[in-house]
Amino acid sequence: MGTLQPEITLEKPGAVFPEIAQIPELFRTCIQCGVCSGSCPMGEVMDFSPRKAAKMIADGRFEEVVSSNTPWLCVACHTCQVRCPSQLLIPDGLFPALRAAVMAEGKPMEQDLQKALQNTYLYGNPMGQSPRKRAEWTNTAGVPVPIISQIKRPVEALWIVECYPSYEPRNQEISRKLARILNALGVDFAILGHEERCLGDCEWLAGERGLFEMLIERNIEILGKYRFKEILITDPHAYRTLLNIYPRMGGTFRVKHYVQFLAERLGQLKPLLKKKLNATVTYHDSCCLGRKTGHYDEPRALLQGIPGVKLVEMIQNRESALCCGGGASTIYLDRYIQERVKDRLADRRVEQATATGAETLAVACPFEPSRFEDAIKVINQEGKLVVRDVIELLAESMELG
Amino acid sequence: MNIAVLAKQVPDLVEGVEIDAGGKAVDPTSIRFILSESDDHALEEALLLKERTQGRVEVFSLETGEVRDTLCTALAKGADRVVTVQTGLELPPDNHTAAKMFASLLRGLPFDLVFTGVRAIDDLDGSLGGLLAGYLGFPYVGLVRKVEAAAAGGAVVVQKEYPGGYAAEMEVRLPAVLGIQAAEQPPRYVPVSRLRQVMKTGTVEEQMVSPPPAEPVGIERLFKPEEGAGAAMLSGSPDEVARQIVNLLSERRLLR
Amino acid sequence: MDKGILVVAEHFQGRLNDITFELLGKGRELAQALGVKLAVVLFGDGTAKFTGELGAADAVYVVDRPGLREFAADAYCGLLEAALKDAQPRLVLMGSTSVGLDLLSLLSAAANLPCIDNCMRLEVKDGAVVATCQIYGGKIYAEVALPPVTTLVAVVPGTFPAEAGKVSGQPVVASLPLAPERPVVRTVFRKWIEPPPGDTDITKVPVLVSVGRGIQNAENLPAAEELAEVLGGAVCGSRPVIDQGWLPLTRQVGKSGMTVKPKLYFALGISGAPEHVEGMKQSELIVAVNTDPKAPIFGAAHYGAVVDALDLLPLLVEEVRKQSVKKAG
Repeated sequence: MGTLQPEITLEKPGAVFPEIAQIPELFRTCIQCGVCSGSCPMGEVMDFSPRKAAKMIADGRFEEVVSSNTPWLCVACHTCQVRCPSQLLIPDGLFPALRAAVMAEGKPMEQDLQKALQNTYLYGNPMGQSPRKRAEWTNTAGVPVPIISQIKRPVEALWIVECYPSYEPRNQEISRKLARILNALGVDFAILGHEERCLGDCEWLAGERGLFEMLIERNIEILGKYRFKEILITDPHAYRTLLNIYPRMGGTFRVKHYVQFLAERLGQLKPLLKKKLNATVTYHDSCCLGRKTGHYDEPRALLQGIPGVKLVEMIQNRESALCCGGGASTIYLDRYIQERVKDRLADRRVEQATATGAETLAVACPFEPSRFEDAIKVINQEGKLVVRDVIELLAESMELG
Repeated sequence: MNIAVLAKQVPDLVEGVEIDAGGKAVDPTSIRFILSESDDHALEEALLLKERTQGRVEVFSLETGEVRDTLCTALAKGADRVVTVQTGLELPPDNHTAAKMFASLLRGLPFDLVFTGVRAIDDLDGSLGGLLAGYLGFPYVGLVRKVEAAAAGGAVVVQKEYPGGYAAEMEVRLPAVLGIQAAEQPPRYVPVSRLRQVMKTGTVEEQMVSPPPAEPVGIERLFKPEEGAGAAMLSGSPDEVARQIVNLLSERRLLR
Repeated sequence: MDKGILVVAEHFQGRLNDITFELLGKGRELAQALGVKLAVVLFGDGTAKFTGELGAADAVYVVDRPGLREFAADAYCGLLEAALKDAQPRLVLMGSTSVGLDLLSLLSAAANLPCIDNCMRLEVKDGAVVATCQIYGGKIYAEVALPPVTTLVAVVPGTFPAEAGKVSGQPVVASLPLAPERPVVRTVFRKWIEPPPGDTDITKVPVLVSVGRGIQNAENLPAAEELAEVLGGAVCGSRPVIDQGWLPLTRQVGKSGMTVKPKLYFALGISGAPEHVEGMKQSELIVAVNTDPKAPIFGAAHYGAVVDALDLLPLLVEEVRKQSVKKAG
């Protein structure tokens, strides 16, 4: 089965995203086709669309773009980036560079975001909760959730729970259910507990290079202390960052999102999925699991493995799925965005969900439950559509509470 | 305008505060220190005033807790000079002691204004700003949310907060001490990369001050109020619930 | 004033503040326990209209001058210092307020008298006065034995009952002794800045009636508004309510809205999503109503009830009205 030593390659750390001054050079292959602007779900409300912004920066008009609303409206859905014929790094390059430039100039920031960044600096999570309480959710999990520093031995799977699933009540419930599922499957796992800190997805996409570097240094150091075969992770944003960005900074690990991890064990799961759910379910492809990393089939396989589940697709699904509007730290920019858009992305998405006739909207990302539950209330569909994480549906069928 | 800002480190409530075995003091090992929130606002307001009047801002902090981080952050934000004040005291002093030390430090120095947060979470014996003003013989206005230079010079015009959204516009002759409640804009953000740079290259000066003879507040004991978990549920018909709720409000003097 | 209890009166726009009566009520009780007299000091311009309300005190000391219509710490301090040094009252009580907070510290240093703040309990034990003060955001209480010299104490408003201080009667009224003719005053009140009209700052309102989707539609808002009115508060809401356009953005409580810490927070038909709770969990008293017994709001509230908010609202309003009539009667 291979060594339990994680592969940490000690390369020289590279830059996470470019400086704004590097953008003209990096974007010299931009052919100004406008596919990005046309694909962007926020394009209508941006002062300067991505295509225009790239052109203006190439022309040296930094200040105008930096002072506009453009830097803060990108939700990092990656629709532009997957379609760009020149394969340019737009949400992964242009936008963090713009945001870093805003911060470097000392311009006022949206307070929610500033607070989230300050909290991450102080406490390792954007909510501002004590790191000592990071594993409190395990107290009522109903099954043992070992902490690796306490059990002092290598494990098969190191489960990085991440911030929302550790501290946010709606998501803590989902974490507990996953713990029970792992337990039922006999997985040898452990968590980092109070040693765990934010992996830094929101931080680098927000343009906070220094904070991200601080987090990544610390996380690589902590992970280097322990031996495990692979990392299991529940937050798709953190999954993507660990998979794609950490290697550039000297931290390469074998990492799986829970949909992969559980889909690999579907044969083992099937006999445990005893209860018939009798639900018509539509699945929302989150951007980080979908466009950014290509996991479209695993969650569907899991859902179709549950007896009584009828899977239907929304009009925009898989590569064309519509973002919930919370990525790239915009979950902290809701007020800013709300003042500028008429139709919020989350509202549009749940409308698509109800149009399928499904009563259950299945998700696999910790941001989704509250965003979509709020949106359901806004479009007056409360009681007609519920939001469930795939884990919750599996646990229900496994009768794990 | 030359402005001195007094910055205090206080226990971070996120990490919690515990009472020591003796029961009369807080357990210093349980504490993580952080800059007092209204001092952060005091610094921000000072920086805004400096920007408007081409002045200077100097930040002073007693040597307790992680002072270097706070003072380097102040430098990164635009302070001209930051000073750690060494006192030789083992534990953070009460406000009277701190005010006397700052008074001896600042007396005779050419500051037009001294800003400090109007209150800190560990205040027991009054507010540092008011006490300092009393010892220096300066005027004092607390709960200030805005400071501007007076047109005629030699004074500032401030807004002092009152309940219900009211504020009093007051003119204060200089030199003066102001207790800041909130700056005109939220305290500015310092990107971590900039802070790390300043931590490496910035200068934090040191000054010594001898503590005055101690006249501590006579704390008999510290204790925690009882904690409950979750709501006490009221039962019955909506009628009965309404009555129970209103009785509750009446008991707490919340009815007009 | 000699060796007795002295209360510093506060008034705002022509009315004595409740804190004055709260302190008089408590001061009277302390004075009786210590066997001393209760006096009140009153600064203002046209103070005669107030003295009739100060019957709880044995004596009222007044400084009545044009420049004293509004508060200035150095003015009050300069006028009071000499009298305090001479009469040496046991305790000087003031509110931990926009007035008291400034005065307490300035006077303590200028007159070299000990002071304490954030007091929410005062008792006499074996002839000594013991104060209990809240610190660290109310997480820890400190019991302090006050020294046997004149001590200044700032009391948290709302701690003691105001009714106990509303005693009719005509106390002896005299000029404050030893008040200098021309104290050095370097702060001058210029004008009041009023809150913007029609735009309630919910962070400054003591009672909030907060509504969520549980009130079902905008037609039910007036019921919430009525409750807010009888309680002297304002209506606010959780995010979905604002998103629906039932209330403006300025009334939104929560992560992307306002953070509020009122004395009373009613959460009606609010599920209690963390983004909302974050904005109101520091409220002094939280009462939550939701038809779902598992609603997370019950974790954040002090009291809860599983009933329909729409059924409860009119009953609450009626009950509040009934009790208010009882009080006034």
